[in-house]
Order: sequence, then structure tokens, then C-alpha cells
Amino acid sequence: MHEPGAQHPLFGLMAEFDRPERLIEAVKRSRDAGFRRIDAYSPFPIEELAEALDFRDQRVAWLTFFGGLFGAATGYGMQAWLHLDYPILVGSRPTVTPQAFMLITFELTVLFAVLFSIGGMLVLNRLPKLHHPVFGCESFHLATRDKFFLIVFGHDEKFDPVDTRAFLESLDPVKVDVVKQTEEPA
Amino acid sequence: MSMAQQPAQTQSGHIIPADKVTRLPLAYPKPVAWLVCFGCALCLLLIFCISAGVLFWRGIGVWGNNIPVNWGLAISNYIWFLGIGHAGTLISAMLLLLEAHWRNSLNRFAEAMTLVAVICAGLYPILHLGRPWLFYWMAPYPNTMTIWPQFRSPLTWDFFAVLTYLTVSLLFWYIGIVPDLATTRDRAKTRGWQVFYGLLALGWRGSARHWTRWRQSYRLTAAIAVPLVVSVHSEISLLLAAGPMPGWTSTVFPPYFVLGAAFSGFAVVSMIAVVLRHVLGLEMLVTERHLDLLGKFVLATGLMTAYGYCAEVFDAFYSGDKQDLGTLMDRLTGRYAWSYWGAVVANFIPLQLLWLRWARRNPLCLFLVSAAVTLGMWFERYMLLVTTLYRDYLVSSWDNYHPSLWDWSLFAGMLGVFFVPFLLFVRFLPVISVFEIKEARFEESEAQHA
Repeated sequence: MHEPGAQHPLFGLMAEFDRPERLIEAVKRSRDAGFRRIDAYSPFPIEELAEALDFRDQRVAWLTFFGGLFGAATGYGMQAWLHLDYPILVGSRPTVTPQAFMLITFELTVLFAVLFSIGGMLVLNRLPKLHHPVFGCESFHLATRDKFFLIVFGHDEKFDPVDTRAFLESLDPVKVDVVKQTEEPA
Repeated sequence: MSMAQQPAQTQSGHIIPADKVTRLPLAYPKPVAWLVCFGCALCLLLIFCISAGVLFWRGIGVWGNNIPVNWGLAISNYIWFLGIGHAGTLISAMLLLLEAHWRNSLNRFAEAMTLVAVICAGLYPILHLGRPWLFYWMAPYPNTMTIWPQFRSPLTWDFFAVLTYLTVSLLFWYIGIVPDLATTRDRAKTRGWQVFYGLLALGWRGSARHWTRWRQSYRLTAAIAVPLVVSVHSEISLLLAAGPMPGWTSTVFPPYFVLGAAFSGFAVVSMIAVVLRHVLGLEMLVTERHLDLLGKFVLATGLMTAYGYCAEVFDAFYSGDKQDLGTLMDRLTGRYAWSYWGAVVANFIPLQLLWLRWARRNPLCLFLVSAAVTLGMWFERYMLLVTTLYRDYLVSSWDNYHPSLWDWSLFAGMLGVFFVPFLLFVRFLPVISVFEIKEARFEESEAQHA
């Protein structure tokens, strides 16, 4: 899901909740009300939130798997190829020796699986990011401590500055804030 | 901004002492004590620089290494440091997968300990190379000599294993700390700290989509890190076992090394836990129950290591090999018997105290037993190397080994390499995983409601 670009004057409306259960409930009700471009923020991972958002993304798992395959192929291939290129003959033992190659193959499997996994996670999350409009929201600094936030993005098809605000107020939040588009600091 | 001054209230109304941790870097409670420790660590680091400088200038000859005992202190310390590091990964990754929530109070500093221990370990083989500036010859890169490394050599395995372990430990620790860095960023009051933690936190904002991907990546990395630990220390045992030396050929070596590593590592984690909770006032987070569980881990891995000692002796007798028996007798009664008996006594005698519940829960007692274990495991690594190497098959290549002054000064300096980054971590980063404690509390409260 893309977040609203500069062509949308309003980035979104942000509702603040003080309990995780309320946020999960609010997300479910927003989905039921037809909002699709929404996101939730919490200080710790909450599995139910992803379910409520109907967010299913297995790409990190697949990236890890393919990273591992790539690492295994690289590890074994490198050793076999380089020994064929430059054979080190000791006591007429064979040149390509799977038993002796397994350890480096395993290490590179692990290395590339982890690099793909963590690198993929960061790229898919569009991190690192120096600036984001939600940080302009006044109380958003509590999202990393003990408050829970729901945003309806400004480019949602059902988004309307007045109606959506009224809807969010009906979810019993602590308060609702406007999130403006902010320019990146020069 | 009254929120920032008070302990946070959770959804269920409990006070979270965990929130204190993200404030520690911004308002450190004991700056003078920290500065004194840091000053001492810097002095040790200076000793490291001098010792390494002398080593580079005059060569390996300044050490006590000679031809039968060509590994000496450098490699026994390498094994010792790397082994200590493994406990951090095991606590963090294995217990995460087992959903043992109590790990959340320990994993962050245990992983930081892993990182610095792996750095210390990794420096030793490089310093030991003789021409350390050519260490990159271990890597397979196209070169004008048109040669490639020998991939069947455990030394090349070692290069890949340590490099992989360092990279994976660093990444695992870092993505684990990013959400807490974001909390510290949001609590910082001055521009300088906001920018500093803001950059480190990578712009983390706790989006549910981000958390989902983060969690997948974190758990998968944990699942891969556990076999990685086993492979790395098994590989270290193969450094020894792949050579035709008496006393190194027992098939118990890989598990014996891995368990010994976990044993010494859990002991060091226990010591750090005892010191940190006392100094930073974290008794609410690192409770007596945590010390109790750590003590059980030290005891369990210690008994498994003891089994390794028995298996080794049995192996020598069972093989009936003259040379193996000779090495065994050298260990028990020879010139370096002090290192064998030192290991047995320091590792296993005080350890028996940990059968008692009060001993595990008493911080001082746990600290002292752990210190004995750390020392005992150092004796063991030393004993394993030296008692085998100083009496080879050929009588003509028998010689004694004495570490020189520069061996010892480098060891002291290496403690500086350990403590300087670790103290910086304690001072400037959140030492305990706060968001995971909150997550566990939420899950527990949910389970109660259900």
C-alpha cells in the first residue's frame, strides 16, 4: 500500500487510543465502514492488528528462503569452482570434496538468509527514512511508549475531512488530529 | 509532558518499570561511577594498543610461542572469548523461539556482550598471523598471485564462520534495538539527542505493517542463529580435531566445545546481570527469578560440560592408544596439571552450590560462582591447547611453553577492547528490551481475559 503523495493536501486523520484492545476494535470497525487505506501504530507488535488490517505479506519469509538458497549455491559453487581452477593436490585426494565443503556452504547459507531477511524487511518497510508526516502529529511521540494510533490516509476512496473525522470521533478515541503533508527539511 | 516524568501506566493499570530503561541513556543515574569505569577500560585499551604495537613492530617472537606450542595464549583466548559470546545468542534466539518471556529482561545486554566478545575473539587469530596486515589473504579474491584459498582447511572455515557469526550477531542485535531507540528518540528533550537517536532508530514509527515484517524477520533470524552457534563452535573444535595430535581426536569434541561455550557464556551473562541490575537499579526487571533461571542454566550446561570431561578420559582409555594415554597422564600429572585441576576445581566445585535455591537467588553468590566458572573455562581452553602441543608424537619436538609479559599484557588489553564498547552500550543505549516486555505483558493480560 502506498501512502498519500504530495498531490493530496491532507496526509490523513489520526485517532489516538489509550488501550491496545480499543485500537484493534477501531481498526475492525474502520474496515467494516469501508476504509481500506488505513494504518495502525503501536509501541509493540500486536498480531491481531495485522489480522484486523487484513495485512498478509509473506515476502520477508520468501526472501529469507531464497537468500538461504542463494547462499548455499554461492558457498558450494565458489569452493568447487575455485578448487577446480586451482587444484591443491594432497595425497591424491579428490579435488571436489563435499564433506569438507559443507561448513562454508552452511555458513554462507546462514549469512545470506539473514542478509536477505533483514535487508528485505528494511526495504519493504521503506526504512531507513529520515522524515515522515506522522511525526508532525502532536502526540505521536507517545506511539513508541504507551499510546495506540489509527490513521485514515487522505487518499482513501471514502476519505472526507468532515465525515471521516466524525466517524473517528465515534470510535471513542482520546482525540483526533489532522496529519498535514509536511515537506522534508531542506 | 507530564507523561515523561512518571512511570507509564499500562492498559491494565500496572506501572511499567520497563519504561525506566529508555530514559536511562538520557538521564544516566551514576555518571561519575560510569566515568571511573570507562577511564579504567580506556587504560586497558591503551595497554592493548601498546601490546599490539610492540607485536606488530617486533613480531610474534615477543610472545612465548615456540614451535611445538605455536598457538599458546592467543588461540586459547580466542576460543574462550568466542565461547563466552555464544550464550548471548542462545539466550536471545533459542528462548525467543521457545516463547520464554523472561528472556526479555536479559537478551539485549547478553547480545551486546556477544558482539564485543566476538570482536575480541576475532582479533586474536589476526594478531596471531605473524603478518597480520595480510589477513585478507584468507578471503577468496582474484589476485595477481593467481591462487585461491584451501577450502578444505579448518582455518578457512574459521574465517567464514567468525565473519558470518559477527555479521549475524550485529544485525540481530541491531534490529532488536531499533524500536527501543525510537522510544528513546521520542523521549529525548534536546535537539542533539533527538538527532542522534533519530538516526539510529532509522525512522521507526511502529506501523502495524512494519511490525509484521519485522517480526517475521526477527523470528527467522533467531531460528537460523541457533544452528549457527552450534556450527561455529563445532568448527572451532575441528580446528583442533582436524590435526593429527594426541588428545584432540575424541569425537566428543564438537558438543563438548559447544556446551563448554554455553557454560562459560551463561556464567558471564549472570555476572553482567548481577552488576547491571545493582548499578542501574533494575531489580524490578532483572528479578531474583531471572537470577534463579540463569543459575539453573549455568548448572545444567556445567553438568553437561562435566560429562564432556568424563567422556574425554574414557575415550583415551577406551582407545588404548599409547600417545593418547600419555597426553591424558600429562594433563593429570604433568607440568601443566595445574591447568587441568584448575579447570576441574573452578568449574565444578563451586558450581554445586547452584543446586540450592537460595544460592541461585543470592546475587553475590551467583556472581562468585560465575566468576569461578569463567576462570575455570579459561583454564580448560589453556589446558586443551598446551598439554597436547607441548608433547607431540616426536620426542625431538617436545618443549615447554611460558606466556611472556606481552602475552599477558595483550590479554589485559583485550579486556579493554571488551569493556570500552560494552560500557558505551550501557551508557548510551537501552540495556533491556522494553517493547518486548510490554508485548509479553499484553499477551499475558490477553490470555487472562480469554
